[in-house]
Amino acid sequence: MSIMETYFEDVAALLDRSLAAGEVYLVKLDAERSDFVRLNRGKIRQPGSVTQCYLGLRLIRGQRHAEQALSVSGDFARDREDILAGLGTLRTVLDDAPDDPHLAYATDVRSSRDVRSSSLAASEEVITTVLDAARDVDLVGIYASGPVYRGFANSLGQRNWHEVSSFNLQWSLYQRTDKAVKTSYGGFDWSAESFSARMDEARSRLALLALPARTLEPGRYRAYLTPPAMEELAGMLCWGGFSGRALSTRQSCLFRMQDGTESLNASISFSENVAEGIAPAFQDEGYARPGQVPLIAGGGLVGSLVSPRTAREFDLSTNGANASETPEALDMGAGELAVADALAALDTGILVGNLWYLNFSDRSACRVTGMTRFASFWVEKGAIVAPVNVMRFDDSVYRLLGENLVALTAERELIVSSDSYRERSVGSMRLPGAVLREMAFTL
Amino acid sequence: MSRTRLARDNRPFSIRAMTDLSRTDFPHLRADADFWSLRVVDEAAHNFAVRKNVPQPAAALRDRGAMLTAWAYGGCGYAATSDLSRAGLQAALDRAAHWAQASACASLIDFRTLPQPAPRGDYASPDVDAASWSRRDWYELLAQESRETGCDDRIVDWEASVETRTATHTYLTSAGGDVTQRYRFVMPSISATAHAAGDTQTRSLNGYRGLAQQGGEDMLTRFGFAGSGRRIAEEALRLLGAPNCPTGVMDVLLMPDQMVLQIHESIGHPLELDRILGDERNFAGTSFVTLDMFGNYRYGSDLLNITFDPTLPEELASYAFDDDGMRAEKQYLIRNGILRRPLGGALSQARAGMRGVANARADNWNRPPIDRMANLNLEPGENSIAEMIAGIEHGLLMRTNSSWSIDDSRNKFQFGCEWGELIENGEVRGVVKNPNYRGVSASFWRNLKAVGDKSTVQVLGTPYCGKGEPSQVIRVGHASPACVFTGVDVFGGDS
Repeated sequence: MSIMETYFEDVAALLDRSLAAGEVYLVKLDAERSDFVRLNRGKIRQPGSVTQCYLGLRLIRGQRHAEQALSVSGDFARDREDILAGLGTLRTVLDDAPDDPHLAYATDVRSSRDVRSSSLAASEEVITTVLDAARDVDLVGIYASGPVYRGFANSLGQRNWHEVSSFNLQWSLYQRTDKAVKTSYGGFDWSAESFSARMDEARSRLALLALPARTLEPGRYRAYLTPPAMEELAGMLCWGGFSGRALSTRQSCLFRMQDGTESLNASISFSENVAEGIAPAFQDEGYARPGQVPLIAGGGLVGSLVSPRTAREFDLSTNGANASETPEALDMGAGELAVADALAALDTGILVGNLWYLNFSDRSACRVTGMTRFASFWVEKGAIVAPVNVMRFDDSVYRLLGENLVALTAERELIVSSDSYRERSVGSMRLPGAVLREMAFTL
Repeated sequence: MSRTRLARDNRPFSIRAMTDLSRTDFPHLRADADFWSLRVVDEAAHNFAVRKNVPQPAAALRDRGAMLTAWAYGGCGYAATSDLSRAGLQAALDRAAHWAQASACASLIDFRTLPQPAPRGDYASPDVDAASWSRRDWYELLAQESRETGCDDRIVDWEASVETRTATHTYLTSAGGDVTQRYRFVMPSISATAHAAGDTQTRSLNGYRGLAQQGGEDMLTRFGFAGSGRRIAEEALRLLGAPNCPTGVMDVLLMPDQMVLQIHESIGHPLELDRILGDERNFAGTSFVTLDMFGNYRYGSDLLNITFDPTLPEELASYAFDDDGMRAEKQYLIRNGILRRPLGGALSQARAGMRGVANARADNWNRPPIDRMANLNLEPGENSIAEMIAGIEHGLLMRTNSSWSIDDSRNKFQFGCEWGELIENGEVRGVVKNPNYRGVSASFWRNLKAVGDKSTVQVLGTPYCGKGEPSQVIRVGHASPACVFTGVDVFGGDS
């Protein structure tokens, strides 16, 4: 048991002892010990470490409840006073709080423990390896590593613990101006050989970027979206698209699928696949999350992510979604096209290595705009001809993954989120690539 | 509505101020380093919301932590910790010094060549010590707005909410620096979503958290918050019945709550010096602006005057010193359309060999400072709204940003708004939905045809500007008048 897990047990025990009659508590822990090493021009730009621990304490009395989040040191003796002060504050808040008709929390005790320990290499050693491999190229990127902890406990005796030690190296090799190859290598055990193989692949694509770039006229082109490009498109669907609340209030970009007036290609399927991701299998109100939640099957909407609060408001059944109702382990079904045959299937068109900065241009119509980025190429008769200068697309997902979908690749890529706003993400996606008959480029 | 006043020190935790603790402990810290600093952030936030007439549970945050930074042998390292004991701070300083030493031989920057910051001073938001509203006061106001907003069966979702936040940032350095900056923020929001016949339209009060200022609750009066719910709902309903925005090249009149986004994305980010120096190329992107452009490049028409201005008391990112200890002063970045100065703090200025502004900022104690926008403003011109509308033969008025997308060099953009109104022959003719426009930063600002006067200015901002590896989301302020641009590529949606 790690020091952090012991700490969380002590916090829960303190709350158990401190609770008054008629009170229920829920508490969650989000903590990490991370190294972040930022690189630019093949040098170290900003190296550092972050140790952080947050508790989210919720006190419930009848139908009243309130929340207090607080940063803590991780030393129980030192934090004890602050935790009790937080509990005292919540009691004061509840005195004049109204009843909440949508309050919901797990009452079936379902404890769990998932510890994925690994032997992470020292960050200093990894960085030495990376910089040695980048002596003759313009490398920019970030290395993040260390353990991430998630915990839940309540006064009913439930205890959940999730602990993952991982690393994530994201780097770009620049040929010139905005012409670059972006590569990621994430996992649990660093392998110099695996890194070297990825670096070699990046170097080979970097050589193609040395070709004179082609500027395309706006128009409709065939396209091959690689899995990293598909991650951006799928990310738009995750922006409320699968949310039970957004669907119920007609704010989801997929509400027309719910109405039956729109659909995707019959080969399209999505599910929330916590069983094979790295996110915890429990959520903030203590509900267990099913291993799989089908969302789209056969091109139709078959499910949604429903938080306990949404379930209470709209008379639905919760499936353990967090309050944001956003997938944390989105899994898109594979097709039958071998990746090795993807360019041949594209024939003539754009190989989109990455997409960037997507947003809705008409959310009700699921119409999305965004940019190509990094290693994107013009392809003729299945062969790369030239890098393309960045292009803006503006098209409906219903068209892109509907009538204009030619094929999905058989191989899929597990993309571990590199998101580090406030804390390191435990999200991931598993996605295929896609050949499209037509994609509308506008600028 | 009368308001119950509470003392400012009615905080959930009866502990000694972190400023005092860190001042006591800092002189006792030791490091094998040429220079070290301690930055302590102590923030408290309260969130209140009423959604569909149901009060949401009160949520509060108390967030305290420290960032230790060390320079040694030419390298620089940092370590952040939420353990604020002297032992915790010393452990973090040891780790920071270790990183400085370990990275020295491969450091992009030789920190031995930089002056060691020793700033001294303080800053306080307006009304930082004044009494604040109680929870009950907030819920009463938000409930009233919620009731007014949910006025029609076609309004399918609505919410009135606020986030209030106080913060104390302390910066101490081994060279004698000692800065304390105390902040108070109020960020209210109202939104309404209408749905009918297969279409959904959302209207909000200047966008989600677009109303965001320093100071106290008097900002609610400045923005007419009370009573806005009904208008927001009625506008959402009007959008449901409106035609789609037409397609064509025309003049656009951008109101301040769209101008802030236009300034932010296509002037602010491209002028960030760390982007120009390549730090962000793996994530947020690079810039079409290069170092040789400063001093001579025509960014916009003669009417374009852009300032970095940390001196407007109510603006969201006003301060006296940035997080590397540089004193903040108002500077013109673009004057009469010519590019003058980048958004770069002391470190970037040394790397680039040019003068910038005090904008090295971190979003919290657990992230290091990088070049950020702070308050980036477009200075007012001489035209009233009526004059600008009268000067448009065929065009579109657009309000409240709803969609934003721009390339990684911050050049090709496409933005959308919640609300559009056609202008024909100098008169407003009717509402259109799904208004979008696209353009290229490098040419768009040269088509700036008219700049509104002071009566059209709004001081807005956002608490959600994202950037950096590891990533940071930070508060930025933008004050802008309404502006007219010519020859803009405008279009609508599919719905």
